[in-house]
Amino acid sequence: MTTVPQTTSPPAQTGDRSFPWMRVLLWLAIAFTVIFSLAPVLWQVLTSFKTNAAITQTPVVYLPGLDQLTFSHYLDLFRLNQFHIYMFNSALVAIVSTVLCLALGSPAAYALARLRIPGEQILLAIVLVVTLFPYILLFLGLLEVVRAFGLANNYLALIIPYTAINLPLTILVMRSFFQQLPRDLEDSARVDGYNTVQMLWRIVLPMTLPALVTTGILAFIFAWNEYLFALTFMSREGMKTIPVAAAQLGGTTLFDVPYGPLAAATVVGTLPLVLLVLFFQRRIVQGLTSGSVKG
Amino acid sequence: MAKLELQNLTKAYSRDIVPVKKLNLAVEDNEFLTLVGPSGCGKSTILRLIAGLDQPTEGRVMIGDRDVSPLPPGDRNIAMVFQSYALYPHMTVRDNVASGLKMRHLPAGDIQKRVQEVSGVLGLDPLLDRKPAKLSGGQRQRVALARALVRNPDVFLLDEPLSNLDALLREQVRADLKQIFEDQKSPIVYVTHDQTEAMTLSTKVAVLSEGHLQQLGHPHDIYKTPANRFVASFIGSPQMNLFPLSRSGNDVALGDFRLPLPGGVQAASVILGIRPEHLRLPQEGDAHIVSGNVFLVENLGMHDLVSLKVQGDPSLTLRALISADASWSKENLKLALPPESIHWFDGETEQRLK
Repeated sequence: MTTVPQTTSPPAQTGDRSFPWMRVLLWLAIAFTVIFSLAPVLWQVLTSFKTNAAITQTPVVYLPGLDQLTFSHYLDLFRLNQFHIYMFNSALVAIVSTVLCLALGSPAAYALARLRIPGEQILLAIVLVVTLFPYILLFLGLLEVVRAFGLANNYLALIIPYTAINLPLTILVMRSFFQQLPRDLEDSARVDGYNTVQMLWRIVLPMTLPALVTTGILAFIFAWNEYLFALTFMSREGMKTIPVAAAQLGGTTLFDVPYGPLAAATVVGTLPLVLLVLFFQRRIVQGLTSGSVKG
Repeated sequence: MAKLELQNLTKAYSRDIVPVKKLNLAVEDNEFLTLVGPSGCGKSTILRLIAGLDQPTEGRVMIGDRDVSPLPPGDRNIAMVFQSYALYPHMTVRDNVASGLKMRHLPAGDIQKRVQEVSGVLGLDPLLDRKPAKLSGGQRQRVALARALVRNPDVFLLDEPLSNLDALLREQVRADLKQIFEDQKSPIVYVTHDQTEAMTLSTKVAVLSEGHLQQLGHPHDIYKTPANRFVASFIGSPQMNLFPLSRSGNDVALGDFRLPLPGGVQAASVILGIRPEHLRLPQEGDAHIVSGNVFLVENLGMHDLVSLKVQGDPSLTLRALISADASWSKENLKLALPPESIHWFDGETEQRLK
């Protein structure tokens, strides 16, 4: 290697002069993809800040002037339509069902991953089959159940079905995660004197956080966005969730479509999810187990 | 301190899968016992039984005068080093080392003092606040050791702790291990499939095969007087030459050469064993000499490992270690078998004769 003459010019110099087509193409493709997927969202955001006059104006106002911007759609959502109540309902239902889902699903997944259970394969197959049901099929049956137990207009009427629908996925995902966890770590904890509960809480749980967050977010998004059960089981105004409330926003007349408030409701309903995912993104990506065993 | 005793220990997963069969072993204070054997011989299972990570089907584990068999691992006061190190990834080195002490609710001052001591011995001071992911393989290995040493346990268990290190580092850590554990009073049980580790580290070696104890003894005795054919072939590198031979009168025939049997041997067939390092170029007065054509020479640096076909029976391959500076010819090489270095085993039972 040392005999290579120093005078040869690096090939990069010739490349600098020609136009960097590959880079430009790459960025064009990225820009296209981003615009293509975000356009509807941007449209909603734009609409939610425009005055009614600007919304209906033709040609379309892409860059509204200062006099065409307003915050009133958002203010109306909370002043007239009491969206804070719906947000609270959605948040409560989604958080409780997500927590329940993780609290019930993770121990089940751990047991399925670590214990020798007779008929384990059959159990797993059943869990898998449950995820395959179109959940509309469960709907009529559930309606009868809700009626029989008098659960209508009760948070439980949403929390229980949401938890149940998300459980199989949680169990399957968490199980495969537990299976990857090195068993030596648990053995080591037991030798160190941890009992089973302490071991799960202080050793296994911290390593499981990324998986818990990932499955938790999936469960939360489902519960937050769910429409059909929420529409049917909740008829009282104070119990409705965001998707239902947003869909029921009406204009002053039959022919008046309230584009502004609808767009604002969409943004308000989506924002918490976006923030949630952004906030936990690092946790999701982070490989917490790296370095515990041989590297 | 305490003595570790295994009484009649048996572990069966099913009727056919019995990795440990009626094992009796005792390890005293200041003893370093190595369990050595090929993979699948049950050595790791024995360690897990001692630790309490698996429950024996039969038999007892005694530490001192206590029967610890019914106790969970945490109540046995043992420390274990795992092959994969099993460090807690979300804890710093300091917390990893201290976790066993914290679980025993020692006063914080004591914990800190003991962690400092051990980390000083193992040179972990600059690493104490790092997480395992930021350590090299050798450093992780030392943390795993520190976690065991800091506990001051009644028994140390080590499960192939060197097998994840590269060859150079392994030799160095092996030497460190020997020094560190020479200062420890508690019995040590060490599992390995590497016979060099077994020979260099231990005061006592247990050779295992298929769940049975083949031989228990000082490394030197195991090398000098292997109890049966399996031990003879497993311990020693390069492997011992072993030839099943049938007797005629008081002699056996090794190709064209006749060797006298030691007196008092009754067996109808015998196995002759001789280590490659004990074969030598003939000197004056050597009684037993074989010869053959060399077909392979492997240079090991200090020695040449020479393989030759014994004259008169080409199916017999004899391997010998010959000093690299000796001069010899490949054609019809003559080698002397010193009678005191020949091992005789019964052809039927494969047990050592005499």
